[in-house]
Amino acid sequence: MNAFEQTVAGEQISGPPSQTDYLLDRSFRGLATVCAWLILIVVGLILWKIGAKAVPAISEYQLGFLTGTTWDVNKQVYGILPEIWGTLYSSILALIIGGFFGITMAIFLTQDFLPPRIALVFRTIIELLAAIPSVVYGLWGIYVVIPFVRPIADWLNAEFGWIPFFSTTLSGPGMLPAALVLSIMILPTIAAVSQDALRMVPYRIKEAAYGLGANRWEVILKVMLSTASTGIFGSLVLGFGRALGETMALAMLIGNSNQLSLSLFSPGNTLAALLALNFPEAGQHEIPVLMYAALVLLLITFVVNMAGTAIMTMTSKQLKAGR
Amino acid sequence: MNMNFSAASNVNASKNAHSNVVIDCNLDKVFYGDFLAVRDSHVPIQKGQITGFIGPSGCGKSTVLRCLNRMNDLIEGFRFEGNVHFNNQDVYHKTVDPVVVRRYIGMVFQQPNPFAMSIFDNVAFGLRLNRFKGDIAECVENALKKAALWGEVKDKLKASGLSLSGGQQQRLCIARAIATEPAVVLMDEPCSALDPISTRRIEELMIELKEKYTIALVTHNMQQAKRVADKTAFLSVEISEGGRTGYLVELGETSQIFDDPKEELTQQYIRGEFS
Amino acid sequence: MNIQDSFHPEQEIAKEAPCLQRSLLEGRSITNILLTGIAWLAAIIASVPLISVLYGLIVKGGHRLSLEVFTELPPAGFEEGGGFGNAIVGTLVTVGFGAVISIPIGFLAAIFLAELEPDGKVAYVARFCAKTLTGLPSILAGVFAYAVVVLATGTYSAPAAGVALALLMLPTVVLTAEGAMRMVPSKMKAAAYGIGCTRSQVIWKIVLPTALPGVLTGVMLAIARAAGETAPLLFTALFSNYWFVENGTAHVMEPIASLSVLIYNFAGMPYENQIELAWTASLVLVMMVLLFNILARVLGRKKV
Repeated sequence: MNAFEQTVAGEQISGPPSQTDYLLDRSFRGLATVCAWLILIVVGLILWKIGAKAVPAISEYQLGFLTGTTWDVNKQVYGILPEIWGTLYSSILALIIGGFFGITMAIFLTQDFLPPRIALVFRTIIELLAAIPSVVYGLWGIYVVIPFVRPIADWLNAEFGWIPFFSTTLSGPGMLPAALVLSIMILPTIAAVSQDALRMVPYRIKEAAYGLGANRWEVILKVMLSTASTGIFGSLVLGFGRALGETMALAMLIGNSNQLSLSLFSPGNTLAALLALNFPEAGQHEIPVLMYAALVLLLITFVVNMAGTAIMTMTSKQLKAGR
Repeated sequence: MNMNFSAASNVNASKNAHSNVVIDCNLDKVFYGDFLAVRDSHVPIQKGQITGFIGPSGCGKSTVLRCLNRMNDLIEGFRFEGNVHFNNQDVYHKTVDPVVVRRYIGMVFQQPNPFAMSIFDNVAFGLRLNRFKGDIAECVENALKKAALWGEVKDKLKASGLSLSGGQQQRLCIARAIATEPAVVLMDEPCSALDPISTRRIEELMIELKEKYTIALVTHNMQQAKRVADKTAFLSVEISEGGRTGYLVELGETSQIFDDPKEELTQQYIRGEFS
Repeated sequence: MNIQDSFHPEQEIAKEAPCLQRSLLEGRSITNILLTGIAWLAAIIASVPLISVLYGLIVKGGHRLSLEVFTELPPAGFEEGGGFGNAIVGTLVTVGFGAVISIPIGFLAAIFLAELEPDGKVAYVARFCAKTLTGLPSILAGVFAYAVVVLATGTYSAPAAGVALALLMLPTVVLTAEGAMRMVPSKMKAAAYGIGCTRSQVIWKIVLPTALPGVLTGVMLAIARAAGETAPLLFTALFSNYWFVENGTAHVMEPIASLSVLIYNFAGMPYENQIELAWTASLVLVMMVLLFNILARVLGRKKV
């Protein structure tokens, strides 16, 4: 290496990097590598820390914890079936509503329905929806949504009370307002990811459908949606994952009562809301139990989110290969 | 990688030392992954001359050039058999740092690629990188003058390098490459993205530059090689299992290659029977 | 009569050739119009909540907006007046801690993912982990920080909240910074390598300056998100009715107030004064979040 300098005759501007350069290079790369590893470590640490803290409760309550329906600190009886039910029920309701509006919005914004300026307005609306903090939605839910849906809910209960979904009155907080607000919160995710999926469909495929004499909605429903279906499905899975873990709006709106009910108007509870409400005042014995519940929530959301991420990675690979 | 050849290449190297060879390039096989990109191409590059590489597209001209300053190290799956000597030193020896190699063997790329900084900073970049102690402004001016760009940019050295036209950008890149006075400048189709007038200016520039620098030039344009190169290497391509493999067909004085090619393949190519 | 005559031959042709006229009553056409109508309706319905939220914030939150709310401490239930000055400071402090932890780590990790070993196994797994972390429920970030920091230090504090927020900011910082660095044209990098830069020099001198706007966009988005978070603060920062800095000393290792927790606490209160303040605090919080979002947008638009 030294010989490199000798072989070039005369005065040279070029020279090898200095020792400091090499040192900086080496240490900087080392540091970056450490930070990349840190991401893996953090994920591992989350699982490990929450898992370890939950161990006493896991060994005490075992799987019965998942099917128990009472939560009584004084008697030390714990079960989270109502919370699991509430989490899934509210998320599925939100997914149905948010999914419909989100995907329709995505179609609306990508399939040339609107002049660019109006499209920009709607796009901004969706982005603003995503920017509003969850606690503000909670506040809005309490003072705007609940008073608005209450008369409708009570009327439905009075007229159609025999349908299980309408079997109770809405006394204030409950499943329906929670699910409505939740659906607004996941709409931006679904709309954004579906838009990307629809934009990735090659133009030639759309062209081919128009060429066969299909009209706009035939093209959208029969060609665009099916071609982008994996991506749209991925958007729903990601939205579902978001709904499962959403905390504040639900803690403020769902009523926090340990109930298992099909009724849209009865109060309920979710895992995340349970943690939010009980953690700050938890005693020595309750903390491991809450950690157990946190672990259950963690595993559910991790599985759903990993599935969503995997689907998204697969779609983009497929489309890259197809091009 | 090149253990088998070290004995032979030392002999080669010492022999070539007398004939002013700056870079002695002996590529036996160049692979990208499993794909054999270039085989059996031995090209000595003479000091103070322009060595041109011509051949049909996909014949591996650029690959050969990029082996000389180890740019190929950046490509995943690259490996090669053979050796490259720069002033009798094995460029691919395991104690050699590719970064150092690239400081002595500069490069101008196919697409003009100025950095997103001012014209002045673009040219000064290499000087600062080498912690140059002298007058940077003077060196920048000299480099820009040598690259025949000074007159056009002297009043706007603070402007972004990206604000220039394509031809100007490429001359800026040449100025950047020669500012640090490397021993050799590799030029990988430097005119392919330019208009005829800019091309002409850069060709003139190359001829001026060879007074001081050794140049290796890859070009897709035979006429360009004819106009500027002292030596010309003609590479061709054959379809082998797993892809297209380039190889050296003929190497000689430019006039000999164009007027009196020894190989039939060269003749056909020069006559424009394939490209 | 004349007119009828002149039209006659055309009608005959029309019988033989297929009619190309648009027919509004045909089934396909009706569905088309109907579906377009539904799409419009859905888009408008989806816009109603935003308008309603903004209306609520401006009307209910706006009328209490005064200098007082920025300088006063939160009132007790039966008190009149008051503000949430300490909560604004608290939000800035907790988010600051989160940013100080997450930005350097995220930034360096992004360099690894985009530049050092983009195709390695570590990068693949790290990228997957980062994407999974984007879906981490924010409450669990709080649980994690509680288990790691609060239990270890024995107190609720701003740094504990910072750890929780950092966990939520990290993936945004990493993924946007990586994306921005990947957008740097490879020919520019090739030029830098060609002139004899070490890898770090290529990154510091070329990649980072070029990718900086994109990297900052990610940072701003992460800050915007963190500023609005409540769940991770509930049992890491808790709440405080006092200022972060009092009598010249900063109460670092003590519970700290934040706007979002204040909104949560006051939203469920039976006192009109506190509910009004919750709305005003929401307005301030949304303005802060939007400010960072707009900053992110402005920075992102800047092209080199």
